Amino acid sequence: MSAAIDFELRSEIEHFLYHEAGLLDQGRLDEWLGLFTDDATYWIPLQADQTDPLSTSSIVYDDRRLLEVRVRQFQHPRAHARVPMPRTVHQVGNMQIVDADARGVHVSSSLVLVEYRRERQRVWGARVEHRLRRTGDGLRIAAKRIDLVNSEAELDGIVCLF
Amino acid sequence: MNVQAINELVQADRVHRAVYTDPPLFELELDRIFGRAWLLLGHESQVRRAGDFFTTRMGRESVIVTRHRDGTVRVLVNRCAHRGARVCEAAEGNATELVCAYHGWTYDTAGCLVGLPLPGGYDRPAGESVGGGLARAARVDSYRGFLFASLAERGPTLVEFLGPLRASFDDFVERAPDGEVEVAGGVFKHVYQGNWKLVLENHNDTVHPAFVHASSIWAARRQPAVESGAYAEIGVRQMLQNGAPWEVWESTGLWTAGYGHSWMADYHDDRRLVAALDHPAFTEYRAALERRLGRDGAARVLGELRWNSIVYPNCSFMSQFRQLRIVHPIAVDRTVVHAYSFKLKGAPERMFHDTIAFSNVVNGTASPVLTDDLEVYERTQEGLSAQRSDWVFLGRGHGHDVPDGAGVLRGGSGTSEIHIRNQLAAWLEYMTAES
Repeated sequence: MSAAIDFELRSEIEHFLYHEAGLLDQGRLDEWLGLFTDDATYWIPLQADQTDPLSTSSIVYDDRRLLEVRVRQFQHPRAHARVPMPRTVHQVGNMQIVDADARGVHVSSSLVLVEYRRERQRVWGARVEHRLRRTGDGLRIAAKRIDLVNSEAELDGIVCLF
Repeated sequence: MNVQAINELVQADRVHRAVYTDPPLFELELDRIFGRAWLLLGHESQVRRAGDFFTTRMGRESVIVTRHRDGTVRVLVNRCAHRGARVCEAAEGNATELVCAYHGWTYDTAGCLVGLPLPGGYDRPAGESVGGGLARAARVDSYRGFLFASLAERGPTLVEFLGPLRASFDDFVERAPDGEVEVAGGVFKHVYQGNWKLVLENHNDTVHPAFVHASSIWAARRQPAVESGAYAEIGVRQMLQNGAPWEVWESTGLWTAGYGHSWMADYHDDRRLVAALDHPAFTEYRAALERRLGRDGAARVLGELRWNSIVYPNCSFMSQFRQLRIVHPIAVDRTVVHAYSFKLKGAPERMFHDTIAFSNVVNGTASPVLTDDLEVYERTQEGLSAQRSDWVFLGRGHGHDVPDGAGVLRGGSGTSEIHIRNQLAAWLEYMTAES
């Protein structure tokens, strides 16, 4: 891959990740959901270096159907833990293209998320992996994996989206 | 607080808010309840081989559960006999010795002091001065592979303590084709800023789902049908089931027994929830169960429909769905819950995948269901700190309990608050007994 192409690809992917983070920070959750393919998975493992989402529990392991339910829940007026919705800043950095071909891009990044809700601020740190697929509608997320640095800790309930 | 004052806190159909908010009472609970009762610590599969250990808590006390080389399970207080540092930081592992980080005092897996630096520097052998080593739980026992310990020398035997609740553990184990279960699949650890009783009072509360879980019920109902066998099926079904009509909850069985225990049954069945009965994995599972128990025996086991069983004061489990939660009181207004999944030995792997999918949706730290429970525990704790009103009302179903066998009462309906009144009766018994 030549340096010039690499630069173009990096810009495209950076733009995509920033766009995604912006949708989350602005609470545009339906548009965020629209970034995922129909067969997508959204995964927050419970264990560091967890390889398997089926035989080990996960903080979140959603297929597209469960992710739709998760996003829809925010719309209900008595979604006690989600209304008001947390205010967030998703800071995306350290982006690295792991692999790329005509069908898609595998990209890793780091995420610092500041969350505020009900008089309380929490800070999250995570390594993130996106498997992006090129579709007729543009880049879409086929799989997103978020490894929270404190996934194995004793944690209060988590409602924000990463 | 003297006995008479404590007695006044718990009345027939109401309880004083101090029981949830008063720090001195909490300290007394650690002594009189968590310092006396049998506490469920884990399962034998966590300490299968000699040297295996895991750490947990008894009340607020850190303990190490070990398999000693003689095959017995030991429960050691995680505090060096020398200057008091914790001697074990790992959540689990295998070791022949536990070495204190501070001055190298060394213990075997029975807690006996086996080494220390400069042993000649004491006027009598150091081991004698510190009682031989690490402090231990006074009593350790197990039932069907589940490990219990008590910090009190005296008290009921484990069998007496569990009483009719043993049937829930039997159900848990009998569901395994090989007659054995094992801890697997990771541990969820969630926290809420509220008293430890709130979670135990919630698990058999059948009126709360329609309100606390209204949003996940609503979101699941709007989800187009999920195809049978798909990953999302279990999660969506469980969210929908929380929205069952009142007739279902009213006809659910709710039983209580001595020492604060209770269980809920005749609510879910496998048709409503887990593996669709026509799924090949379930057919394979049933056949494996029939090989051990025969056709009638397997039908009897699968016909047992127990939902939550509460082992007061520190555990709540679901035998039918292989989930077990241990409640750790940290402060009067802070509680940690560890949630474990179990594998049925001899069952197809797909059954365990269903268990994990179920665990994610009911016990996951970011679950659409659990997060609303945690939110409401915290709001309850905040509300109870208000000083203008002292009483918590627990009158639902009061006066309608039905005797159902020795020492067992059944709620007049499945929405009775009988299970909470029963927990508080046990609370009062522990708290007012002098020893």
